Amino acid sequence: MKLTLHVWRQKNAQDRGRMVRYEVPGVNEHMSFLEMLDVLNERLIEKGEDPIAFDHDCREGICGMCGMMINGKAHGGFKGTTVCQLHMRHFKDGDEVYIEPWRAAAFPVIKDLAVNRSSFDRIIAAGGFISVPTGSAPDGNAIPVRKQDADLAMDAAACIGCGACVAACPNGAAALFVGAKISHLAHLPQGQAERDRRALAMVRQMNQEGFANCSNIGECEAACPKEIRLEVIAQSNADYIKAAFTERPETAAGGAG
Amino acid sequence: MELVSNAPTGPIEKSWETHKFGLKLVNPANKRKFKVIVVGSGLAGGAAAASLGELGYNVHCFCFQDSPRRAHSIAAQGGINAAKNYHNDGDSVYRLFYDTVKGGDFRSRESNVYRLAQVSVNIIDQCVAQGVPFAREYGGLLDNRSFGGAQVSRTFYARGQTGQQLLLGAYQALERQIGVGAVQMYPRTEMLDVIVIDGKARGIVTRDLNDGKVDVHFGDAVVLATGGYGNVYYLSTNAKGCNVTAIWRAYKRGALFANPCYTQIHPTCIPVAGDYQSKLTLMSESLRNDGRIWVPKQAGDKRNPASIPEGERDYYLERRYPSFGNLVPRDIASRAAKAECDSGRGVGETGLGVYLDFSDCIKRLGQHKIAERYGNLFEMYERITGENPYEVPMRIYPAIHYTMGGLWVDYNLMSTVPGLFVLGEANFSDHGANRLGASALMQGLADGYFIIPYTIGNYLANTKSEKYSEDAAAVKEAVANVTAITKKLLNANGKRTVDSYHRELGKIVWEYCGMARNAAGLKKAAGMIDELREDFWKNVRVLGTNEEFNQSLEKAGRVADFFELGELMCIDALSRNESCGGHFREEYQTPEGEALRDDEKYSYVAAWGYQGAGRPAALTKEPLAFNYVKPSQRSYK
Repeated sequence: MKLTLHVWRQKNAQDRGRMVRYEVPGVNEHMSFLEMLDVLNERLIEKGEDPIAFDHDCREGICGMCGMMINGKAHGGFKGTTVCQLHMRHFKDGDEVYIEPWRAAAFPVIKDLAVNRSSFDRIIAAGGFISVPTGSAPDGNAIPVRKQDADLAMDAAACIGCGACVAACPNGAAALFVGAKISHLAHLPQGQAERDRRALAMVRQMNQEGFANCSNIGECEAACPKEIRLEVIAQSNADYIKAAFTERPETAAGGAG
Repeated sequence: MELVSNAPTGPIEKSWETHKFGLKLVNPANKRKFKVIVVGSGLAGGAAAASLGELGYNVHCFCFQDSPRRAHSIAAQGGINAAKNYHNDGDSVYRLFYDTVKGGDFRSRESNVYRLAQVSVNIIDQCVAQGVPFAREYGGLLDNRSFGGAQVSRTFYARGQTGQQLLLGAYQALERQIGVGAVQMYPRTEMLDVIVIDGKARGIVTRDLNDGKVDVHFGDAVVLATGGYGNVYYLSTNAKGCNVTAIWRAYKRGALFANPCYTQIHPTCIPVAGDYQSKLTLMSESLRNDGRIWVPKQAGDKRNPASIPEGERDYYLERRYPSFGNLVPRDIASRAAKAECDSGRGVGETGLGVYLDFSDCIKRLGQHKIAERYGNLFEMYERITGENPYEVPMRIYPAIHYTMGGLWVDYNLMSTVPGLFVLGEANFSDHGANRLGASALMQGLADGYFIIPYTIGNYLANTKSEKYSEDAAAVKEAVANVTAITKKLLNANGKRTVDSYHRELGKIVWEYCGMARNAAGLKKAAGMIDELREDFWKNVRVLGTNEEFNQSLEKAGRVADFFELGELMCIDALSRNESCGGHFREEYQTPEGEALRDDEKYSYVAAWGYQGAGRPAALTKEPLAFNYVKPSQRSYK
């Protein structure tokens, strides 16, 4: 089949950027979307034109490196599918396809379709963990975990950190990403000691990074390739509110002598 | 050169304990003064950087991806082995050790494997405490499943995403250290050379992938945890970015490269569809528990599988291996599939595929039961192929999955360059000639969490921290080397794209140094690779400049190293006149077509040393001794 692509081209963070039109004949229905872009890039290089930059790595839907807006939808808008798992049989001959990078204040464009998502790492560094230095763990079966809790923790932990939720959100909020981690660790007994601290630290870092507020629109859940549920946001809101009300300054006084 | 493994002597059960006690320690107050460079942030690198940061070392960690959470450990599906014996089914440290040595076809170092089995139990504890959501039973305790090559249930798992969850555990531990300033992280940064001063690793040279800036990072020790080199075949189950560059450039600075020809081919991957294909997708080994593998008896039979009657199908694994059937180990299942396709009985448009058929078990157990067990895999298959495996049999074919070879390391995981440590898939140490399922995650985390924190301390305690200037000759030379490679690639200004060369290289290596090898083919391949490499340097087209985000340039540097590696793989395979594990030399097989080892002559690790451009690599052998597991012919009939 033959497609007409309109691709966002932006040389670097300073460049204003523009949509550029490409005709792509000879697209095979078994190609993945990224393989279709590979084919176009090969042709561009042969013509001496700069290939389109886009992030990708595992190409099996788990590393979270790839992601782009296709016709205004994150990862193309197919249920539970990252763009590397999206195949061209979903398109038809003559289709016009608009491809853009994630658009969010907290994800500045590096080049073309590649964006900087290091804000996500800083949110995890602020509190998205359980503090357990290597070697200090009790036996794995010492603390039983209800199967239902382990399953809910796993549902939330399936987040791949791709950023589709932010890109799909009209506000550019990261509530689903942050909620997924808070919910994952809040469902486990091991996560309880730092539960309040974690919610406060992650939400504060999220605000600092320039992500906007969540207004419960739900686009994030629809766009999430791992189908993380909206209820993780409710969970993190509840944890954050509770922690904010009970927060007290850390003290080292008392017991001296 | 003589290789000193530093493997402890004495009873193997006590050797790691005794060895650890003999290792020197670094005073807590002095740890901060030592700077440790960790390259790679997967299970091995991420775990190492986090653990060393916790200990108080000044750690600098590098990865080429945009975040340490993306490393390819994330894609492991099945699980992680540990000798917990939670199921009372006869497992023990010794049994895991035994299975791993046997599974590796008696080509690994016993002492390392024993230690791996010992620390496997600590890994599970550590990961549970970090919040890894392992599968649980209703009583709240950890669940296990079975995997190939073992008769006990010792595999812990988190749905089909075990690698992802373990990596996120390590990543979160790492981010915690980054948050408190113990680790400095450099994402989108590629290591392009090792700085060796007075015979010791003293730092690395990197390129910032955002803007091309070349930087020097000094360190008192350098840890490489940069994964495997399966992408030399172009098509593999590895992520697109996986590459050999870090360990290859270390090899060119004096680290020996061990067993490069030991590569693992996974039997159940989705077959190649067309020449645009960019990577191959694995279907978990667990599918072989319920699926039956077959091809039509008649070569060239192009009928729809449903209309081929039972009597005209050949369930060749069940026929050849009645006692293990469809559950024979990976190397054996892969070779059998190749043999069927070579004889013209392969299925699908290309003829390179065999059926993995679930119709019998769907009849027996019902579709809902199969969906419960494998639903996500069936969905993934349908998404990629457009075919519904509940209705038509899956088509599968073997693909490169893992590389057992890597930089040679001693018992302390140190390479032949003092101060240069190598962890995880990047080293050669634990899997011999064939890795068992669910053992890669175990090894990566064992190396990162529980081994390097001890052994690196011993090295640092014995090493004076030195300050070097960027004007030192070795530093200038390393920077000049990196800059020269980049310039050469950009200035070639030829006609062909990097990917087209990579594809062609991959085809050669796959054809002649893949599932089956022979002397004539290996010699031919070495010559073909050499020619292609020469053409590459003259005729490759890399657009743009160094001073920008330039993905073609990144790829070009990696492919340049794959050429040299591919040649060494052929040389290594040619020098090993026997078949063992994943290395199958057609000349050396039993009358039934099984791998035929030659323990008398080849019970050694082949470690290759770089001798300069255009000069053949020099072979050093580390003899292997088997004091506990006696080598025998593996039989699965």
